[in-house]
Amino acid sequence: MALDTLETLAAPPLPATTRRRHLLDVDDWTPDELRALLMDAAHMRGVLAQSERLDTLRGRVLVNLFYENSTRTRVSFELAGKRLGADVTNVTASGSSVEKGESLRDTVRTLQALGAQIVVVRHSRAGAADLIAREIAGAVVNAGDGWHAHPTQALLDAFTLERHLGSVAGRRIVILGDILHSRVARSNVWALTALGAEVVLCGPPTLLPLAAVEMYTSRAVPGTGTPRRVAVEPRVERALAGADAVMVLRLQRERQQAGLLPSPREYTARYGLTPEHLRLARPGAVVLHPGPMNEGVEIDAAVAHGAASLIEEQVTNGVAVRMAVLALLAAGRMVESES
Amino acid sequence: MSETFLLRGARILDPAQGYDAHGDLLIRDGRIYALGPDLAPTADAAVVTLPASWVLTPGFVDLHAHLREPGFEAKETIQSGAAAAARGGFTTICCMPNTQPVIDSAATIAYVRDRAKDAPARVLPIAAISKGEAGTELAEMAELAEAGAVAFSDDGRPVSSSRLMRNALAYAAPLGLPMVEHCQDEDLVGAGVMHEGAIATLLGLPGWPAAGEDVMLARDLALVRLTGAKYHAAHLSTAGAVALVRQAKREGLPVSAEVTPHHLLLTDAWVAGERSGPLADALAALGIAVPPGARYDTATKVNPPLRTTDDCAALLEGLRDGTIDAIATDHAPHTTVDKHCEYADAAFGISGFETALASLLALVHAGRLELPTLVAALTIRPARAWNLDAGTLAPGAAADLTIFDPDEPWTVEPGRFASRGKNTPLAGLTLRGRVRQTWLGGRRVYDAGGEYPSF
Repeated sequence: MALDTLETLAAPPLPATTRRRHLLDVDDWTPDELRALLMDAAHMRGVLAQSERLDTLRGRVLVNLFYENSTRTRVSFELAGKRLGADVTNVTASGSSVEKGESLRDTVRTLQALGAQIVVVRHSRAGAADLIAREIAGAVVNAGDGWHAHPTQALLDAFTLERHLGSVAGRRIVILGDILHSRVARSNVWALTALGAEVVLCGPPTLLPLAAVEMYTSRAVPGTGTPRRVAVEPRVERALAGADAVMVLRLQRERQQAGLLPSPREYTARYGLTPEHLRLARPGAVVLHPGPMNEGVEIDAAVAHGAASLIEEQVTNGVAVRMAVLALLAAGRMVESES
Repeated sequence: MSETFLLRGARILDPAQGYDAHGDLLIRDGRIYALGPDLAPTADAAVVTLPASWVLTPGFVDLHAHLREPGFEAKETIQSGAAAAARGGFTTICCMPNTQPVIDSAATIAYVRDRAKDAPARVLPIAAISKGEAGTELAEMAELAEAGAVAFSDDGRPVSSSRLMRNALAYAAPLGLPMVEHCQDEDLVGAGVMHEGAIATLLGLPGWPAAGEDVMLARDLALVRLTGAKYHAAHLSTAGAVALVRQAKREGLPVSAEVTPHHLLLTDAWVAGERSGPLADALAALGIAVPPGARYDTATKVNPPLRTTDDCAALLEGLRDGTIDAIATDHAPHTTVDKHCEYADAAFGISGFETALASLLALVHAGRLELPTLVAALTIRPARAWNLDAGTLAPGAAADLTIFDPDEPWTVEPGRFASRGKNTPLAGLTLRGRVRQTWLGGRRVYDAGGEYPSF
């Protein structure tokens, strides 16, 4: 059933098809699991559209533990938790005991002692969510850890793309920019290739991770065993030719100081998504950006706000996808604790 | 109390003398008196009969260990480190100077030697190349040599300045002691916390290219050519480094090199909990299960980092063809707090004394490495590389012995380590081969079947 049809039903989501205790990344998700989650998210979009609230998480404590600054992800999780009836608390590194030198382990154990059953964590260090998952009995949702993973972003990107392309299977999706330092790129490759898309990683060679193709292709899609289709192409013209979607990544200014790039000017000319570059893609190709954008650097304002842009819709879909994720984990926990 | 022992029945393996046979060993007054088949017990000798399946070798010599004292006694002390060494079969251990204060003066050398005088292992201090390991001014090398330093190294803080390294080599040449380099171009390595490759890409961790080691080693070898001074490359980890050392030895440069058990046996995939590589293969061949580990297990964080299966293969080849002289543990104990944190923030290092032999024996059991080659790399070859009076059972030598059962299975339980550092990626794994006794100067300092030495 098409995702937009499901939205109109506005019924509570279907029972989760699998049990998952945590969401650390989507590298081990099967295509069936991904599709089920996207369908749940479509229901949640319907719930949101009708300004409804569910009681899926009633009585549960969700803590947003954010060690890095964030607007959209933190607010998105907060709204998602509240829509599902959870008690939501936000903890940021500044103004908390983290500033007094408390370790991550001790912080999460303290939160657990305070009753946290779901911890949503954003952290600058890769593996922080894995570390927390080993420490606490509750559920952990990775809201971005270092360069490693940002699974809810990947799920909302897949959801947004499927709403517009019908299905991403067989589609050519270009991730453009600073792949090396991008958790968004890493998680998106897992999700999109599992759903059958071909993903092309494009950026200056200094911002491409080593052995990416070898790494992804040696890890077949769970459940089906299908090889993942991933390519690396530093030449933007070749990467964009025939693209069905372009996902633009934020370029941090520090990359120039680190000697990875000559200048933002040269970057914009070669790798920025300008209207001219976008014309190399297939007609009707859509544009995504995880935000926050540097308009005029990695993306031209005309593209960011043009007809092809799904950037604002990504934000809206983020709440629905996060509701689906939280509901899935809650169901997983219930089944687990009953068995 | 008798000072004469006759050890009978075990397989005696002394690569220094090319001796490999079941036989007897007579020890008198702390020294080897005789070695051979069917020695007649002297009237005063206490006879120790050992199982024929056990192997008796010279006590192991470790050119690279961190004992953390002075300054970091929560991680290790000279006593606890020496006790761990004894449990691992090491009787001579060279300790690195990255303590606090740094071992860069005759006074700190004297302090270490004093703290070590009753320890269950011989502790030989390595002095810093530069004052405070700061990489700017030379330490007082001549005085340090006189005070008892056996080598010089700024281990953990590679000598970035080519000029200073040249001067260190030239200045130390007449002292006859090797300059020990931790080969790492810090500028190229940057914030890297693991090997740069597919697994670093998978985990999103900053990578550290193999070239970071090769570049530094190539520079140093050029400086050795310039100065003619003795040079020792610490803990090789890359195939490129093995090739460079092999070439340097062909040229006749006064160069030696070491490899750690973990770089021979483990790969970067262990950081992702995917336990591939020579140790996993060898254990699988023995029918021993190796369960998957945890992602971001900080026990796998080590400097230089665990690399690829190809690097492991090149290191093993280098060990077998003599390019690599010694197996050194780079024993690097840390506290739980140092390791129970985010991967990027965790301390580098593996507590290595107590698992070294058993992990290496997996290669022997799997037919990848000959036992005499392994024992030589743990005894006479490191001793010769640095001119240390150790590593043989020749008559007159100190009676430092390691006796092990090569087949006994045991499970690695860090909680039972004598070392204060419980940081090992091998926790919970079953290995085959266990040190049964360690003797130091004719005295049993460790006996797996007897009293647990407490320090």
